[in-house]
Amino acid sequence: MPQSAENILDHKDLFKEPEYQAMLEKKRATYENATPAEKVEEVADWTKSWDYREKNLARSCVTINPAKACQPLGAVFAAAGYDSTMSFVHGSQGCVAYYRSHLARHFKEPSSAVSSSMTEDAAVFGGLNNMIEGLANTYALYSPKMIAVSTTCMAEVIGDDLNSFILKSKEKESVPADFPVPFAHTPAFVGSHVDGYDNMQKGILSCFWKDAPRTAGEGINIIPGFDGYVVGNIREMKRMLGLMGVEATVLGDASDVYDTPSDGEFRMYAGGTTQEEIKAGLNAKATISLQEYCTRKTLAFCEEVGQQTASFHYPMGVQATDEFLMKVAELTGKEIPEQLRLERGRLIDAMADSQAYLHGKTYAIYGDPDFVYAMARFVMEMGGEPKHCLATNGGKDWEAQMTALLASSPFGEGCQVWAGKDLWHLRSILATEPADLLIGNSYGKYLEKDCNIPLIRLTFPIFDRHHHHRFPTFGYQGAIGVLVKILDTIFDKLDTESDISFDLTR
Amino acid sequence: MAKDIADSAEANMKLIEEVLAAYPDKAKKKRAKHLGVAETVADAEPGIQSKCDTVKSNIKSVPGVMTIRGCAYAGSKGVVWGPVKDMLHISHGPVGCGHYSWSQRRNYYTGTTGIDSFVTMQVTTDFQENDIVFGGDKKLEKTIDELNTLFPLNKGISIQSECPIGLIGDDIEAVSKKKAKDIGKRVIPVRCEGFRGVSQSLGHHIANDMIRDWVLEAGEGARAGFEAGPYDVNIIGDYNIGGDAWSSRILLEEIGLNVIAQWSGDATIAEMERAPAAKLNLIHCYRSMSYICRHMEEKHGVPWMEYNFFGPSQIAASLRAIAAKFDATIQANAEAVIAKYQPLVDAVNAKYKPRLEGKKVMLYVGGLRPRHVVDAYHDLGMEIVGTGYEFAHNDDYKRTGHYIKEGTLIYDDVSGYELEKFVEAIRPDLVGSGIKEKYNTQKMGIPFRQMHSWDYSGPYHGYDGYAIFARDMDLAINNPVWGMFDAPWKKTA
Repeated sequence: MPQSAENILDHKDLFKEPEYQAMLEKKRATYENATPAEKVEEVADWTKSWDYREKNLARSCVTINPAKACQPLGAVFAAAGYDSTMSFVHGSQGCVAYYRSHLARHFKEPSSAVSSSMTEDAAVFGGLNNMIEGLANTYALYSPKMIAVSTTCMAEVIGDDLNSFILKSKEKESVPADFPVPFAHTPAFVGSHVDGYDNMQKGILSCFWKDAPRTAGEGINIIPGFDGYVVGNIREMKRMLGLMGVEATVLGDASDVYDTPSDGEFRMYAGGTTQEEIKAGLNAKATISLQEYCTRKTLAFCEEVGQQTASFHYPMGVQATDEFLMKVAELTGKEIPEQLRLERGRLIDAMADSQAYLHGKTYAIYGDPDFVYAMARFVMEMGGEPKHCLATNGGKDWEAQMTALLASSPFGEGCQVWAGKDLWHLRSILATEPADLLIGNSYGKYLEKDCNIPLIRLTFPIFDRHHHHRFPTFGYQGAIGVLVKILDTIFDKLDTESDISFDLTR
Repeated sequence: MAKDIADSAEANMKLIEEVLAAYPDKAKKKRAKHLGVAETVADAEPGIQSKCDTVKSNIKSVPGVMTIRGCAYAGSKGVVWGPVKDMLHISHGPVGCGHYSWSQRRNYYTGTTGIDSFVTMQVTTDFQENDIVFGGDKKLEKTIDELNTLFPLNKGISIQSECPIGLIGDDIEAVSKKKAKDIGKRVIPVRCEGFRGVSQSLGHHIANDMIRDWVLEAGEGARAGFEAGPYDVNIIGDYNIGGDAWSSRILLEEIGLNVIAQWSGDATIAEMERAPAAKLNLIHCYRSMSYICRHMEEKHGVPWMEYNFFGPSQIAASLRAIAAKFDATIQANAEAVIAKYQPLVDAVNAKYKPRLEGKKVMLYVGGLRPRHVVDAYHDLGMEIVGTGYEFAHNDDYKRTGHYIKEGTLIYDDVSGYELEKFVEAIRPDLVGSGIKEKYNTQKMGIPFRQMHSWDYSGPYHGYDGYAIFARDMDLAINNPVWGMFDAPWKKTA
């Protein structure tokens, strides 16, 4: 009997015990009609071949292990950046359960959102009644200052019109007439979560900026984009701006709501950009996006209202941070202070100290378009060589930007860019043309195991490691954190594989 | 009625009233029917402790209240079909549903992922606007061909419909018939669009019906020529969360039974095909798989019985009840197995009961566990002060009366608001619910265990599982972190 009260074995060890092994063996041999082991091995070997890779890359219909989610997730994330804002997703209710679970599993934090719980009758007659009743209930129960409405694909397919539904709900006094209910249509069959983020940002800004008079001022707005490291990153960015003496308005600051303290109180809402700040943001001189692909429509809207705009691809690493700070300096007329120059120097110092271990290391990188761009750039700054850059939600424009980036450095030579491909494609690619290290999110753990390439988790979602999002990846200090994670992985691998060269000092 | 029961019943009714006060009238009226207190049973039958089916259930959720429920797709792909390991399950429609449910239910299985087993993969037709406008049948056909090329050892393919499929009028049944012929394997269409029904529950039902129509009654498959022995049984409705079905199976085998099929945790399609040959269906999750048991009873003459492998009291009672369906040898084996594990049970209780005795627990889970795990807590000396289901039906609430004492708070399809207020007022020592409830509860300083996924632990079924269950409840409740919430300079006298 394997189990004992003194040494309780759970799933990790229990099923390795001989009783269980014998039981599972018998099940397989007697009842499963399993494929013979030799055949399984033969097929497994084939899946690592060039022949399989060609067939895999040739598929045009099925998507397997994609590194992207759907639009409403991005909308819910965007709305979470605003003070006391409840996401209301119009359509089937299961979707909302999924977004909430997904965000809670990454941040290890509560994630609140409501659904209009549409069912068959709403599919036939439309979801107006669900909206009218739902908004009233949300308003009464959760006392939000704003309700941000997005849509599931069900509501999109049947063509529910949010604008008229919200107006009718206000007529029916679900919420007061002047209560802000920004909205965004977020069809899951268009784009990905980064587009949902964009649409909801635009929806929220439009709600406050459209038809409002603008008096151009000197302020700047910053839109962070969809970022699993939002907690550490926004705080780090604000710290850097503080050193510059710049007071920027972060449009969508979710750093507090996804990092509430344990002190006995559950805070459904925490921090976030206030409505006064949003309104004042209209007068800003410029709006800066930290992630171009998360904000294309939003920035176009900012230009429409008369603001200057600038966009970045996730300010991580040396040059990306340099450019961000210089842009802020240019827009605000403030100098970049000595302290940030020192911080930059410390990052360069760390990179120089470790360059022998970084130089020439090869990488496969996947994730959202802006993250992959930033990561590849930082890898090249460290003397690393990106071999494969993949974004399931990247298009031809991203591919062109990546190609130009890689061409800008000798370390980018030979790197392949995989726009629109998924992680099952990446499996074939890594089996035939491997890299030393894999950078991505938790889903990469299957590739790590299959292809025997160490995974470094640096982007959303991270379910199986805790608290990384509390530390920044932005800025010079964030870059040091990223550097250390990469180095730790390199050193761990080196130690694991070393015998006579098991050196104390490296 | 004892005074303390009357007191708690009265306090709970008052609490319900207070919580309902926040709702607008229409919603208040609707929600009031779902909240109640376990009542006294008139003419109590032995083994029945209270009447819990006074609350309404299996009704549409109220919009905008933050229901914790999921959808039919979650019930079919996530629960019933997803764990069938040698099949590919296509999340048919846009990318999200398959993405969020990817590898999240911890249905353990053996096999080589991506080669002969596919449970932890996210396979989707990733619908784009064109597919909505022009229909997705052609894409689905080609998807099946591509899958069969890339995964030649698959034993079948299921099509798990997402919302748009039923709205745009695709004919996935026609595609299934055609492609089954083409690839010579089972291709099973499941109409589990998320807008159908009121919760995951209809997804379970639809998934069961598709097993009936497209597996059991669509040719014998592995059942052909199989002759069942007198001790052949099936485990039905065990999804092998953290290995639950395995720590159950080992007990059934120890008492001398052969488990010829395990549904659907670690299942193969051959096991499912062979199931109607068994002598007895043993069903753990009644809510999600009673449908197929009733079918096998009517069509194939396979009797079925419910059992409960949570906690030693229920395990022993279940082993005896199961053995009673067989001969004296099996009955003697059951007694021997119960006796064999008794020292483990005693040692676990000796270790943990002193640390857990008297602790109060609130539960809110799916369709089975809000009652099934209750006696496991009782075995540890703990008390259940509130329980409720996401997607139970009336018969589940009836069964709840077997476990729950009078005066206990009952909540059906609880809203985020209600649960928070209930937890805040009752302040139990432990809440057992899901990931969406975990962090909210912990922030309030109340220990929590996820009771869908076993909080990444398990198994909890069987004697081996009981030890893990006891350990986990202890580590949740007795961790020092709960004592450090207040900053010392802020402590009130």
